[in-house]
Parts: sequence; C-alpha cells; structure tokens
Amino acid sequence: MSTSSTNIPALLDVTDVSKSFGTVQVLRSVSLQVARGEVVTVIGPSGSGKTTLLRCVNFLESYDSGSIRIDGKEVGFRETGARQRRSERDLAVMRAETGMVFQSFNLFPHLTAAGNIMLGLTKVRGKSRAEARTIAEHWLGRVGLAHKADSLPAELSGGQQQRVGIARAVAMGPKILLLDEITSALDPELVGEVLEVVRSLAEDGMTMVMVTHEMAFARDASSRIIFMADGGVSAAGPPAEILAADTDNERLRTFLARFRASHF
Amino acid sequence: MLTQIAYALPFLAQGFALTLWVSLLVVVFSLIAGVIMGVGLVYGPIPLQWAVRIFSDTIRGIPILVLIFFVYYGLPAVGLHLPSFWAAVLALTLFKTAQVVEYLRGAVGSIPRGQSEAAMAIGLTFRQRLAYVIFPQAFRRFLPPWINGVTDAVKGSALVSLLGITDLMQAINQVIGRTYEAMPLYILGALIYFAVNYALSLASRRLERRFSFIRE
Repeated sequence: MSTSSTNIPALLDVTDVSKSFGTVQVLRSVSLQVARGEVVTVIGPSGSGKTTLLRCVNFLESYDSGSIRIDGKEVGFRETGARQRRSERDLAVMRAETGMVFQSFNLFPHLTAAGNIMLGLTKVRGKSRAEARTIAEHWLGRVGLAHKADSLPAELSGGQQQRVGIARAVAMGPKILLLDEITSALDPELVGEVLEVVRSLAEDGMTMVMVTHEMAFARDASSRIIFMADGGVSAAGPPAEILAADTDNERLRTFLARFRASHF
Repeated sequence: MLTQIAYALPFLAQGFALTLWVSLLVVVFSLIAGVIMGVGLVYGPIPLQWAVRIFSDTIRGIPILVLIFFVYYGLPAVGLHLPSFWAAVLALTLFKTAQVVEYLRGAVGSIPRGQSEAAMAIGLTFRQRLAYVIFPQAFRRFLPPWINGVTDAVKGSALVSLLGITDLMQAINQVIGRTYEAMPLYILGALIYFAVNYALSLASRRLERRFSFIRE
C-alpha cells in the first residue's frame, strides 16, 4: 500500500462497504482509498463484486452499510442524523462529481457526438450552448474525433463510440473517473485506440478507478492494482507485486494462471 | 335529394365540429393523464404501480359502451351528476387513458436501462432524464400506437350520440330521420370519418420517418 499510507486525505475513501442482492452478498466490508491523481485498477474473477463496487461509488447502486466518500463527502446518504438516502437532487449533484464510462458505451442515440457531451454541460453545469459546444469540441479533439462532432452514435464504430463516452464523462470535469470494463464490448483491433485515450488522461493526472481484463494495460498504466474475490479485497499493491506469478495469495495465483492460460 | 342534403350541411358541420371537439378533449386529457400514470407505473413506488395497474386493467376490461352508460347513468347514484357531454368526455377519457398508460409503458420500457444510468452518471435529475434522454427516444415507439389510438378516439366518439349528444353521427341520424336518405348520408358520414383518420395516419407516418434516425 504505497500511496494510500500518506497523510494526504484520500480523494475516494471507501470504508467497510457491504452490499447484498437479496441473499447474495456481493460486497463484503470493502475498504479502499484512492489518492488524487492515482490510477487504480480493480481485477478479479467475474462475480467478485468489481463492477458493483464501481457502481456504488457514483450510487448507481446503493450500499447497505459502510461509507463511500469523495473529497470527504458521503456519496449516497445524508451526513447528519440517521442513515438516510440523499434526495434525488442531491444525488444528481454528487453524481456529477464522478464520471462514469460504461462497458456498453450507453451513448444517447438521439444526440450527436457533440450533443452527448453538451447535454450534461448545459443542463447540469449551466453552460450556454455555445460554451458547451466549445468544450465538447475540445474533448472530441482530445479523443481524436473532432471531425465526428455532428455524427450520431449509430454512425460511429465501437471504438469511436467509447471515445465519445470517455469525452462525455471527462468534459463534466469530474473529480474521479470510473471506467467499467470499457473495452470488453470492443473488437480486439479497436481496444488500443480507447486505451490510448485512457493513458493520456492518466498522464494528465486524472484520478481513475477502472475495472478491466486488460492485464498488460493495468500493469503499465496503474499506480495500484486491487484484486477482488468473493466480494472482498483479497490483495492490493503496485502492479509488479500483484501481477507477479509467484504471489503468496492462492486465489490471486489461480486467477492469474487461468487468465494467462486463456489470454496468451 | 341533393338539395335536401345540401340544406342539412350546416347542421352536419355543427355535428362534425362537436365530434372533433369531443375527440380533441379526450385525446388531450388522456395524453396528459396517461403519460403521468404511465410514468408512475414504470418508475413509481410499488403501491403506485399497483394502483395504476389495477386502474388500467379494470378500465380495459370494460366495454366502452358500458363505461359511458356507467358514468352517465351510474355515477348519479353516488351523487355525481354530469351533463351528458362531460359524462361522455369523461368515459372516453378514462378508456383512452388506460390505453395511453400501456403505450407509454411499452415505449419507455423498450429503452435500455443503460440510458437511464448514463443520464444519472452525468448528474441529470429524474425529470431531466425523462425530458432529455428517455422521452425523446421513447417517442418514436410511442407514436404509432398512440396515433392509432387517436383514430380510435375519433371513431369511438360516435358513441356519444347514444347519450343524445348531437355529434356527427347523431346529426346524420337526425337528417336521415327527416329526409329518409339513409345510404347517401351514411356514405357521407363514413367519408368524413375516413378523411379525418386517413389524414392522421399520413401525419403519423411522416412523423415516424422524421424520428427514424434514432437507432440503438
């Protein structure tokens, strides 16, 4: 645990978060700190709770107990009195502080690439259409799609759609960016262009938490890797340590061995 | 014969105007009530979902004629006396509302969950998500059945003649009563109803084409 042991308060502070879907416990007392500028990758077998954890961070899923704080503010629940869900309006404000990129892109199909980015800027950030357009064009440029500003999602390739998805998230100026298996739905030859964008954002100091199966990318781009199993954090540390073939962690070793067998 | 019909035309026009007026009221009221209740059915808390479900299933299970008579002849028993015109409008609106609820549920339900989540993730409130993300996409699926429903409302408005309201249907019957020219007048009536509904269908097709650019 290199970076999280410093005195600087964590930007994202997950403490003892548990969650069940019915009788199935998907998160077991998960704790995790992410410092400003850190890129943390969450890996683990499917069903280990990675995606649920990510979705809890911007409260797309509620959590049963524990606390998730971004910049010191509790995400989903009011901070005074009994544990009470925030109002719809407060939740919207909190969610705008985190950007989320989805596995299935989830672009708005009735809006152009620029329109997708401008929606949050105009309706949530209160920008004028002209300002929003300028910001949208800037970010489309950053993801290499300046020429596609007026294209509808259906006219874009998967890789292009996902780059618009990233631009839509970062244009809002979030404190932290959550990436949920963002290359899993892409054809292999389109994965590189999307990861390149993520890499450049990381270089800019964007704080990110990502769930991915791209181990090579996780190794190169992350400051820390979290290995989740059965809803809990099983191992955490710098990439070289976590991805080492001779780790003491039995479950991690099995996971990596299986992963190598299927991917290399 | 033709002169007699020509003589009756202003009277028929009045009836036609009433038919359009009833249809318009029913369509507008049922659209507002149906969309609100439909949103309640899809997104509301469980008790609200149940209430809308029961309303919709009950109303759709009753023949519209029974509903009209129930509102006009039945409600006075519980102290609610409505003039025949408003009784007819209320009954037709209830009937149409139940249908709009189902159109809306189908249209909104067809939008993938990821759309709401993406809209949440950029910080849109519930109303903003409906207004800017869900409804614009659902509109294309809502429109065809709804326009069908509008043409049904125009046709169904002929039932108000059973409460003695002088709509197009009733006007035609009265002119026939005076002239004994049943066939030409019924053909004229059929043509008028057809013209209105065909125009609606054309408008619907044009609108559908305009929104066909939305693909998932």
